[in-house]
Amino acid sequence: MRELTYADALREALREEMLRDPNVILLGEEIGVFNGVYKVTRGLLDEFGPDRVRDTPISEAAIAGAAVGLALVGMRPVAEIMYMDFLPICMDELATQAAKMRFMSGGQLKVPMVLRTQYSLGRQHGAQHSQFTPAWFFQVPGLKVVVPATPYDAKGLLKSAIREPNPVLFLEGGLLYRTKGPVPEEEYTIPLGKADTKRKGDDVTIVGVSRLVGEALTAAKKLEEKGVSAEVIDVRTLQPLDLGTIVESVKRTSRLIIASDDIKTGGVGSEISAAVIENAFDYLDAPVMRVACPDTPIPFSPPLEQQYMPNADKIVQAADQIIG
Amino acid sequence: MATITQIQEVPANDYSKHGLTKEKLRQMLQKMLLLRKFEEKIEELFIVKGVLIGPSHLYLGQEAIAVGAMMAMEPTDLTVTTYRGHGHALAKDVPAKLCMAELFGKSTGNCKGLGGSMHVAIYPETGSLYATAIVGSGIPITAGVGLGLKLKKSKNIVATFFGDGAVNTGAFHEGVNMIALWKLPVLLFCENNQYAMSTPVKRAVSSPSIAERARAYGMQTMVVDGNDVVSVFVAAKAAAEKARRNSEPVFLECVTYKMKGHGVYDKGDYRPKEEVAEWLERDPIKVFKERLLDRNLMTQKEIDEVESATQREVEEAVTFAMQGEALPFDQIKRYVYAEGP
Repeated sequence: MRELTYADALREALREEMLRDPNVILLGEEIGVFNGVYKVTRGLLDEFGPDRVRDTPISEAAIAGAAVGLALVGMRPVAEIMYMDFLPICMDELATQAAKMRFMSGGQLKVPMVLRTQYSLGRQHGAQHSQFTPAWFFQVPGLKVVVPATPYDAKGLLKSAIREPNPVLFLEGGLLYRTKGPVPEEEYTIPLGKADTKRKGDDVTIVGVSRLVGEALTAAKKLEEKGVSAEVIDVRTLQPLDLGTIVESVKRTSRLIIASDDIKTGGVGSEISAAVIENAFDYLDAPVMRVACPDTPIPFSPPLEQQYMPNADKIVQAADQIIG
Repeated sequence: MATITQIQEVPANDYSKHGLTKEKLRQMLQKMLLLRKFEEKIEELFIVKGVLIGPSHLYLGQEAIAVGAMMAMEPTDLTVTTYRGHGHALAKDVPAKLCMAELFGKSTGNCKGLGGSMHVAIYPETGSLYATAIVGSGIPITAGVGLGLKLKKSKNIVATFFGDGAVNTGAFHEGVNMIALWKLPVLLFCENNQYAMSTPVKRAVSSPSIAERARAYGMQTMVVDGNDVVSVFVAAKAAAEKARRNSEPVFLECVTYKMKGHGVYDKGDYRPKEEVAEWLERDPIKVFKERLLDRNLMTQKEIDEVESATQREVEEAVTFAMQGEALPFDQIKRYVYAEGP
């Protein structure tokens, strides 16, 4: 099968959906003439023109708000917010407007919009251009939150997100843009809400989120050398969360590690841990472990950032602690 | 070059020139009275009877704006309003009984009781597209609606309504800039009722006037007496035509006054008594009725008939609302996400 980068897989999804549905339009900062800061939208302005690939002023609240308004009149906007750190600027339009519209209107309104953004942890972008803060959003009923880890998933999940009748927050891994992986040429989509078991195992379940799916797979190989068989699950989406797949796995392995690039306190791992304890407490043989970022802002200094980031070794250490 | 136009009072002799037939004037009065009586009833249900609870932001005194604006636009045009939206809802033909049931929190309300007073103007069936409870947030949404209409080459335009408080929010600046930059078919009705909650405009707005601020974005701007329904109608009609024909936005600062406080429980006693009295003299319905009678455009008997018909409509709305039931709690989850494509 041919290989594509994560960024190219995303672009292919955008392009195919724009060809398929004339209501799909893109808007965001630097996405047109400049081809996108991470080149995900490269060439799309030339192909589709400025009405469908719209450069915006630096106005994150209005980018999100405009996407909401476009969705209300039947368009399928895909808005890009350059860094996840800028999302709080559009928090009102996303979490308080878009996410609640269907509910507050008693089902009269539909908001089919996608907000794409990326987090740049690991790229020396410092405390305000690196954060991964999915927990601020997956707690909002009405939003869907997608975290693709591979080029294959990036394409299939983005196509599904664009076809969704609900607002979707699509969180890309900045460090993943240049990673390569198999992407079939024929049409496919991946449903939101279905986790992917990347590797079967018997001794411990490692749930990975975004960039840490790859680290979890590396950790699993290292554990194998120690005679430990790890199962690796990619959540793919945080809202909806495929708790069934995780619980079923934990019932077999009796141990759980959640690896995610967000802050440990109140993070994604906290929620998954609590949900597993509620649903499979009797099956657990060891404490549930979270491998995540420490509770400090992200340091710029490259060696400090390296120490700050979760990685395969930290996952292995967590496994060592719970496998006696 | 964007300019500020002060809309002058239209002499009654010119009414017919603006398409204001006797029938149209009667409809205007009827709508304004419906808004007035609906909210007087709400006030009674809240304060006297204690039947309704929660926040409720009355539109009393501002009726000329919603009614003048809606009558100047096409029924297929869209509106985005706010938590002070009872008036816009009724003026945009959301049935009074659905609004009342929504205020009662019943499943028979237009939002099934899930929205309440602040979102009662959500009824896309009549083009009453959205009502937000966050000050300023409707303006970027309106930018998106306007862009959508423009891209679809629709004949419709979108009007958004907000108060003087909204012009100090970031969402206002970002949204208005986009609307002006992209020349979107949008009417921006700023209902300057002089106070954002209890804070007067002069303590909150740095610009010489709100209209001056709007003009700075490069938009055609009008200042209109928001207590004169005919002035609002004439201004909105000209603005709507501009927006529709040239796809360009128009900002209308409608100068008005809320007869009551910020919410139904607020007595508004932070305002000088003389100021309140002066504005109550200019009650838009009182002024309009006097003019209709003076110019023999309606008789007292005709006015009385409209009064009793609207009162009946409000009473029927209350009966309808009281007969409904709240949605069963186990059903609310169904409204979080849409199904299908």
